[in-house]
Amino acid sequence: MTEQQPLLKVVDLYKHFGGLVAVDDVSIEVYPGEVVGLVGDNGAGKSTLIKMVSGVYHRDSGQIFLEGEEVHFDTPMEARDRGIETIYQDLALCENLDATVNIFLGREPMRQQLGFLNVVDRDHMFTESETVLNQLDIEIPNLRRPMRQMSGGQRQAVAIARAVYWDARLMIMDEPTAALAVAEQRKVLALCRTLRERGVPVIIISHNLQDIFAVADRIVVLRRARKVAELVAKETDTDEVVALMTGSKPGDLL
Amino acid sequence: MEASGVSASPAPSRSARGRAVRTIGQAWAWLFLLMLLVFFSLTGEGFFSPFNLQSILANSAIILIMALGQTFVILSAGIDLSTGYVMGMASVVGAIVMSSLAQTLPVPAAIFIGMAAGLASGMTAGLVNGLIIARLNVPPFIATLGMFSIARGIGFVLSGGMPRPIFIKNLGQLGNGSLLYVHPEAGVSFLSRPPGLEAAQLRQVVGILPHPVTLSIILVIACYWVLSRTKFGLYTYAVGGNAEASSRAGIPVQRHIIKIYMLSVGMAAIAGLLYNVRFTNGAANAGEALLITSIAAVVIGGASLFGGEGTIIGTVIGTLIIAVITNGFVILGVNAFWQFIAIGVVIILAVLMDQAKARLFD
Repeated sequence: MTEQQPLLKVVDLYKHFGGLVAVDDVSIEVYPGEVVGLVGDNGAGKSTLIKMVSGVYHRDSGQIFLEGEEVHFDTPMEARDRGIETIYQDLALCENLDATVNIFLGREPMRQQLGFLNVVDRDHMFTESETVLNQLDIEIPNLRRPMRQMSGGQRQAVAIARAVYWDARLMIMDEPTAALAVAEQRKVLALCRTLRERGVPVIIISHNLQDIFAVADRIVVLRRARKVAELVAKETDTDEVVALMTGSKPGDLL
Repeated sequence: MEASGVSASPAPSRSARGRAVRTIGQAWAWLFLLMLLVFFSLTGEGFFSPFNLQSILANSAIILIMALGQTFVILSAGIDLSTGYVMGMASVVGAIVMSSLAQTLPVPAAIFIGMAAGLASGMTAGLVNGLIIARLNVPPFIATLGMFSIARGIGFVLSGGMPRPIFIKNLGQLGNGSLLYVHPEAGVSFLSRPPGLEAAQLRQVVGILPHPVTLSIILVIACYWVLSRTKFGLYTYAVGGNAEASSRAGIPVQRHIIKIYMLSVGMAAIAGLLYNVRFTNGAANAGEALLITSIAAVVIGGASLFGGEGTIIGTVIGTLIIAVITNGFVILGVNAFWQFIAIGVVIILAVLMDQAKARLFD
């Protein structure tokens, strides 16, 4: 795997908020077709690291390479345009709108009415949404229902479908299984594997180590803003990862 | 991967009872309006006549136009308290400019420039509202409360505290005329009464489609189209539903909010200009009572003050409910003060209905 060029390469990223160092010279690489689990205790810097990659935060120093090319994202939109899709814990869905609108939000297809009036092409949105949901084996009985009437798993699935539809090259998932019923957690993890099979690498952040071990190929452990270990999932276990997270095992990268 | 996919929990609306409640929940405003029409038709003499129904529409045009603009603001989870006094300010600006220009310019030019000036004064207020809300993060309630007072002050300063009459002959025809006039003998004529009729015959002439009604219809169709078909409308719902998510999806949220507040007071300014031609004067306090009424119309029409829920049709129905109660009470000879009480009850009922709907379906 290390023979390949990494899709994402992050070198010595550093970010502080006032006197608090949130991310301290962290480097990671993500290769095509793998799932990387990003773990750490609260405040370890997982979310800050991810937000620098997805364009939400600006880094203080360090470099981000996408397929070997250095990138600077000023806004999340710029990161999305380059294929970095992030699914946040709160999903960022408009609960009052339906699945089709949410999948296309911010990038609505338009058509002309009477030859000069630009209107949103809802039919196109509907058929395309159906297609992508079918591809991912996501079943949503009524696409016209507002999101708030859907279950947590369905919302998560719509958020994933949105990212997939827009040709995600890298998917970042922040706590995708939090607040889901067990059956739905499984479904989301299955979607994660589907993405990997499609060659889309996934960075998954989770507190739930079971989830991480269920899908991740590699595990990166952060503690107090620093990367303390990088492990192959098959060669480690929950105890070791917990020890690294809490600091009872120092980690070989310090 | 499991073949079943992500399955839905059974929706409550599947049951027959749920369906019935849902239908009533969505249509209750229509039903209520219908009940009011039936009630006043049976009890109020002269209520159910084409002439009276048309005058209800004409008299509610100013409120309706303000309510249409307010609908966009409320959908975006905001509120615009400045529309009442911006409407008055625009009417004063329109009156002053029209009156002074009419002495030197041809009348149509004076009217046109006066209207443009009134509209511009309103849009400026909206731009300021939008900038303060979107860029400086001041809550809409506070920002537009400030503009409420500023527009009130400017209106009174410009008008000197008195209504400003507009001395243009036949200006009132613009605001009070009709598209068509029908007379049993002289037939149909366009825009003005059939010529050559005597005073007694003139009283038999019926005007069809008063200009305020035509203007209302055009604006309702335009707002309906914008809200339900265009990107602007979709973004209004999106911003009201989840501004953070909209922003992450790449919607220019700040710019959109500024546009919405400009639209809102732009509509208020149009209402002020309609006041100009209907009453041939401009008054700083012309819209004083209309702010709350227009917000009430939006709320009765089913819009949520939390944003993201509401329609143009709802606002039209809400406005008609208020207008029909007002007119019906006058015809029944009920003391005018009772209409405030009735409208208050309807507002509270409307919100209760929406809450019940939300409990049942979400």
